[in-house]
Amino acid sequence: MSSIAEKLYTIRYKVDENSHLIIKDQDVCLHCETKECQYFCPAEVYEWHEDEKQTSVAFENCVECGTCRIGCPFANIKWVYPKGGYGITYKFG
Amino acid sequence: MATERFDAIIVGAGPAGSAAAYTMAKAGLKVVMIERGEFAGAKNIFGGVLYRKQLEDVIPEFWQEAPVERRVVEQRMWLLGKDSVVTMGHRNEAFKEPTNAWTGLRVKFDQWFASKAEQAGSLNIYETVATELIREGDRVVGVRTDREDGDLYANVVVVADGVNSLLGQQLGIHREWNPDQVSLAVKEVIALPKEKILDRFNLEGDEGVTTEFIGQLGGMMGLGFLYTNQETVSFGVGVMVNDLKRTKIRPYELIENVKQHPVLRKLLQGGESKEYAAHLIPEGGLHAVPPLSGNGWVVCGDAAQLVNFVHREGTNLAMTSGLYAAEAIIEAHARGDFGKQALSGYDRRVRESFIHKDLKKYQGLHGLLKEIDSNLFDKLPEALNSAAFQMLMIDGVSKAEKQKMAIKALREAAGGTANLIKLGLKGWRAMNG
Repeated sequence: MSSIAEKLYTIRYKVDENSHLIIKDQDVCLHCETKECQYFCPAEVYEWHEDEKQTSVAFENCVECGTCRIGCPFANIKWVYPKGGYGITYKFG
Repeated sequence: MATERFDAIIVGAGPAGSAAAYTMAKAGLKVVMIERGEFAGAKNIFGGVLYRKQLEDVIPEFWQEAPVERRVVEQRMWLLGKDSVVTMGHRNEAFKEPTNAWTGLRVKFDQWFASKAEQAGSLNIYETVATELIREGDRVVGVRTDREDGDLYANVVVVADGVNSLLGQQLGIHREWNPDQVSLAVKEVIALPKEKILDRFNLEGDEGVTTEFIGQLGGMMGLGFLYTNQETVSFGVGVMVNDLKRTKIRPYELIENVKQHPVLRKLLQGGESKEYAAHLIPEGGLHAVPPLSGNGWVVCGDAAQLVNFVHREGTNLAMTSGLYAAEAIIEAHARGDFGKQALSGYDRRVRESFIHKDLKKYQGLHGLLKEIDSNLFDKLPEALNSAAFQMLMIDGVSKAEKQKMAIKALREAAGGTANLIKLGLKGWRAMNG
């Protein structure tokens, strides 16, 4: 069984300093009952922190699929492409 | 960046974009194709089947030079039960000459296709994101990019930026896709020695086989796939995003679980996973297809939801749409008019082609799938497996009794006789437009 960390390790990333994924309003996450972005993201980008009452965004893991933009029940994720040349580069595709 | 004016700007160097850029450049138009990846294909994945016909329409005898993997001589459809499988399929030597389809990998293929466009005269610019459309009144006249001084101007913009078509959204031709209009595919490319691939899949030379399977996907509507490449196999699952939301199953755990199925595990064992990838597939069907052209713009491929999800055809529809868009733009160029009416030749070509006809045939399917319980995607294959097991297990119970049990199991899986009949009828209608 390979973990998500091992899977993501197979992808080459060029990470930008700034996130291309932004939670529009952390208050919306606080009141979101399902916090389902933690499950449907195929790259484990989103994690809810109960102590800090906020969703963290590991944008450096993002595989740029777009599921979070469509899947967030409150359309609370601002989603743009990473800057030209940044983000993932597949070797097989 | 160049401040000169182009005949056309193509956004996205995937199959739709490259088909459009190649066709227009070959006809002498001045075109620029911009791509956000380091190279064409850097961001792209697909399951892995490239069909001959539609690419041949763009580049005759492309197979002499295009990087393809294996010639598909057999297509298998598997219905998975928990530890079992009911199989169907078709193998035919006639799929070889002319070759019907090849398996492929997009990083190699897309680079080759974009290079053909470049050789034909297209200016390909990489590592550049088209951030917005530039308009004058109700006309699209160019794109803004994330390069410094990165505005580009042209008579037409070909929007081929894929399933996450942010430019399409800016055009206002579609709002956001709904979670039941897209599926998320996760895929791994798994290396296996060539000899093992040939032996395990009953192949010789450059023959290849595709396997699709349903069932055992956590009660989600979806499809798994296993395609043979030269020295790797492409393995993955695609499930509807609304089902992922409902079940809270993590996509990477799903693919791991499916790998453990006894039938699949033995085909994959000893393999080394070389790459993990994830991508959305537009599966909204005909009713999700937006307007295809307007004043100074056309939209092609995944960005226009041009995918036949019943037959896992996508890249071929993308290429054909790119070709048709290019032909319409070439006509518009000859007349010097790039308005909505002048570009409607693209819509007409699509409407008269297999793209529209095939999507129309299955237009009722999206509605049907929305209606039915996704659990059926597990329950029905399971019931069929149990029926097959019962009929083949010789244990002294009479065949009549076994048949009764099998029908009962199917009926229960569908939620009663009425539901089973309704499902059958609706399914038939949905598959026959």
